[in-house]
Amino acid sequence: MRRELLAELNVARRERRAVVLVSSLDGAVQRLVTPDTLAGDPLVESIDAAIRAGKSALVEHEGTSFFLTVQVPPVRIVVIGAVHISQALAPMARLAGFDMVIVDPRTAFATTERFPDVQVIAEWPETVLPPMKIDRYTAICCFTHDPKIDDPALEQALRAECFYIGALGSRKTHGKRVERLQAKGFGEADIARIRAPIGLDIGAVTPTEIAVSVLGEIILALRKKPLRTQVAS
Amino acid sequence: MLASDDDILGQAEAWVTAGKGVALATVIETWGSAPRPVGSHLAIAEDGHFLGSVSGGCVEGDVVTEAMDCISDGKPRVLEFGVADETAWRAGLSCGGRIRVYVERIG
Repeated sequence: MRRELLAELNVARRERRAVVLVSSLDGAVQRLVTPDTLAGDPLVESIDAAIRAGKSALVEHEGTSFFLTVQVPPVRIVVIGAVHISQALAPMARLAGFDMVIVDPRTAFATTERFPDVQVIAEWPETVLPPMKIDRYTAICCFTHDPKIDDPALEQALRAECFYIGALGSRKTHGKRVERLQAKGFGEADIARIRAPIGLDIGAVTPTEIAVSVLGEIILALRKKPLRTQVAS
Repeated sequence: MLASDDDILGQAEAWVTAGKGVALATVIETWGSAPRPVGSHLAIAEDGHFLGSVSGGCVEGDVVTEAMDCISDGKPRVLEFGVADETAWRAGLSCGGRIRVYVERIG
C-alpha cells in the first residue's frame, strides 16, 4: 500500500467519512473510493454493497481478485444528560469500543469532576449536535427527562437517521413526547424508531443496570438488524 | 483492551513516518469458526513490533515472519491457515476454521 493511501485512510477515519480501499491481490491495483467517486468505479456495485453492509469483502472482477477494505466511521454514542446513568454508561461504552460524548446544558451536571474520562459538553443539544454531524453511525440516548433538552436532540436524531435513538421515561412520559413530536410533523414510522422506555427489558433497577440494558440495546440495533438504509435498498 | 483499527492503522502510519519498514496483514477470507472477522488488521514493523490481530493469537507468529520477508522484497502475498493438526509443524487454528491473510508492504 502506498504511504499516501494509508494517510488518507487515517484522515477519513478521523473525519468520520466512509471510504473503501480497493486492492487487487496481485498488488497491481490499489485505489481509494469514496461515496463521491463511487459512480465511475468499475466495481461500483460491489463497493456500494460493501459500504452499505459496513463490511470488508473479497470480490472477483474479470478474473482478478480484489479485496475491499471498508472503513466506515466508528460507532459513537451521544448521551443527552450528564446524569447518574451516563456516569455508569461512560466506562462501559469505552470498554465495548464505542466513542462517547455527553451533552447537557446544565453546568452543575456537566462537570469534569463527575465525568473524568469522557468528553462532556455543557451546551444545548440544538447548538452542539449540528456541528457534531450526527449520522447513521451515531446512537443517541436521551436521559434528562426534560423536554426542553431531550426533544430537540430527538428531532435531530430522527432527521439524521441515527441507527439507535432511545429516550428515558415511562410509557406515560413517552405518550406526551409522541404528541409533541406529532405536533412538530413527525410521522408514525419516525416516532416508532424511538426506543422508549429505553433499554432492553432485563428488569434493570439501578443506574448501572439501566446502563447495561441501554448498551445491550445499542449493540442489538447495531449488530442484529440491518441499518435503515440497507432495508431501503 | 483490544486495539482498534484507529490504533492499528494510525500506528502503521507512525512507524512509516519514523522511517521503519512496515507491512500490513489483513484477513481477506474466512471459513468456519474463524476468530477474527474479514477486514481485521495486523500491522508489523521491521523491528518486530506489531499491533492488532488476524486470529486469536494462533498464527500471528507465522504472519509476522512472512511480513518480514514482505518488507524485504516488497511483494504482496496471500497466506492460508487451516486446522492445526493437518499442518503439523506449521501454525494452525485450533478453532477448526480456515483463514486467508493478505500481507502487503506499506510505502
